[in-house]
Amino acid sequence: MTGAKRTLGVVAFAGLALTMLLGARLPETEEQLAYSRLIAVHPPIAWVAYVAFGVTALASLLYLFPATRHRRWDRIAAASAEVGVLFTALMLVTGSIWGKPTWGVWWVWDARLTVSALMLALLLGYGALRRVTPDPDRRAMLSAVTALGAVVVVPVNHFAVTWWRTLHQGRSLADLSPSRNLDGQYVAVMLLGFVVMTLVYVWLVWQRVLVEKAEDERGEGELAVAIEERRREGVTVA
Amino acid sequence: MTPALRLSRAVVLLGRFPALAGADLHVERGELVHLMGPNGAGKTTLLRTCAGLHNVADGEVEVLGIDLRRTAGRRVVRRRVGLLGPNGFLYDDLTVAENVRFALKAAAVDDATTKADGALRRLGLAGRLRDVTVAKLSTGQRRRAALAAVVARRPELWLLDEPHAGLDADGCQLVDELIYEAVTAGATVVFASHEAGASSPFAARTRQVVVAGGEVKQGAAVRA
Amino acid sequence: MLRDAALVAAKDLRIEARSRVAVNQVAPFAVLVLVLFAFALDPDRGVLVRASAGLFWLAVAFCALLAVQRAFAVEAADGGRDGLRLSGLDPGGIFLGKAAGVAVELLALEVLLVGGVAVLYQADLRGWGVLVLTCVLATAGLATAGCLYGVLSAGTRVRETLLPMLFVPVAAPVVLSATRAWEGALAGVASESWPWLRLLGVFAVVYAAVGTVVFGLLLEDA
Repeated sequence: MTGAKRTLGVVAFAGLALTMLLGARLPETEEQLAYSRLIAVHPPIAWVAYVAFGVTALASLLYLFPATRHRRWDRIAAASAEVGVLFTALMLVTGSIWGKPTWGVWWVWDARLTVSALMLALLLGYGALRRVTPDPDRRAMLSAVTALGAVVVVPVNHFAVTWWRTLHQGRSLADLSPSRNLDGQYVAVMLLGFVVMTLVYVWLVWQRVLVEKAEDERGEGELAVAIEERRREGVTVA
Repeated sequence: MTPALRLSRAVVLLGRFPALAGADLHVERGELVHLMGPNGAGKTTLLRTCAGLHNVADGEVEVLGIDLRRTAGRRVVRRRVGLLGPNGFLYDDLTVAENVRFALKAAAVDDATTKADGALRRLGLAGRLRDVTVAKLSTGQRRRAALAAVVARRPELWLLDEPHAGLDADGCQLVDELIYEAVTAGATVVFASHEAGASSPFAARTRQVVVAGGEVKQGAAVRA
Repeated sequence: MLRDAALVAAKDLRIEARSRVAVNQVAPFAVLVLVLFAFALDPDRGVLVRASAGLFWLAVAFCALLAVQRAFAVEAADGGRDGLRLSGLDPGGIFLGKAAGVAVELLALEVLLVGGVAVLYQADLRGWGVLVLTCVLATAGLATAGCLYGVLSAGTRVRETLLPMLFVPVAAPVVLSATRAWEGALAGVASESWPWLRLLGVFAVVYAAVGTVVFGLLLEDA
């Protein structure tokens, strides 16, 4: 298994380097100048952020159903949420940088950006909850419920914010996407970016799950020791 | 009849700490059991586990024939058992009478008001104290109020954690009387108390059990 | 289950009537928040009037946080969730009862805040049917979501700071939708409010359902 993971890691990061290189060599467009190269990274990052959120939600659901309850779903949900924080934050940052030259400002109340900011907040809350709950079983249960609550909120957020912004016809991320006369090379690099980012995500989650698993197993070993120590407390009595 | 309590190598974790580290205990119906042991021995956890408040990490725990390793079992047991905790599970802003009535109604006991009044009278709380909010009570009075809530429910199994704590001589005597009445009526009573002489009025009927280091050191089995 | 809900709601409201926390502490706080908004946004430039709907719902959201904190602090006076578990009450009923108690308190506070907004911001209030309906639906959503996250954070040591962190991102769409619904009514174009009201309704129903089902699981595990 480690062999497969290592291969994946090599491929993912090599691919990432390649994408960056190709992206840097993309010609500038008239409107967006150098920033148009961000097309190589921003949409892929955004895509992975949504995927990460979805995986956390799905894994949490699987954990909640008694039939499929297994600690591995909790580990996957937690790992995906952590990686999701990284990608969501990156998405907001790259989106902001990409938009600055077109919009003239660092932030606009665009539907997608706003919903993403809310998603980041939800993921951070999930992480905070996990950090303050020491008991592994309870932590898994609470996290799963929180993820479920978050999943419910995201579509509501989406509709609310989208309707809100369509009332105001403001500037948006859509301004940035060069939909018409898109040169083949932009699309190619972007698609490469999608594939590469997904691989990076999978590798990161895999790493994180293994770390969690190792911690869990160490915790179980410690339990036997703790029980022994506890019993020894009572030896002087009776 | 199934035993009132049956613990077999029970392990109960509080966070990562094994409060019970393999406890064995067998209590028949109608018995009167006195848990003794140093502070931190696990007496409170033992009582709370038998009330269905804790998960069982390992081993077996059966209360009134119900398996407490399953969540459903724990929920059922909570309704049939009367636990007296250190603080009494009372609402500070409700009066004594309101607290006892709420406890009865929540447990779906018929005639909640009548039974509440009866218990309050028995505990000496039927007079002025009846309509005082719990926040204003002294420690001993709170104890009596908490006891009233347990007494009124007439559970099959009484789990009392330090029932004498904070009570004056009259109060202690009252507690002993209540315990004796309960056992005579067929209930099982398990109480934890530091006072060695706490069970003196009926020492002959009481089984002493020593708890230490998360285990039961003495008296785990029924006397032959 | 509904019987237990009524029992819990009655108990919580009685505690509130006795301790008067909402009346003595939360209500003045709510009005103070309105005043603070006026300080922050200069009242002379008409900004306050235009923003009154939004500021109203912001104030309501803050009150919701406090009301939920209080609802679970009451139980935590001894052993956290133990009292509720030992009572033998149906967990779904406990959830609905607690949410109902919080909702009633919030509605009372909203009446006060409506007065505050009318007086302090000189807001011109119209379209009362929609205004009231929005209040009912949004309050239901805030109360149910609040109680769900309330019980979640009640078991942790950092209850006071965790609850806002979990609750606020979830309350955001409620604030957004309620404000837009109110603005539709205030502008006299009540038909614009309907999509928002529907969204609020969906939110409330979903969180009520999720909370009822999941509350039992959340109460377990010492």
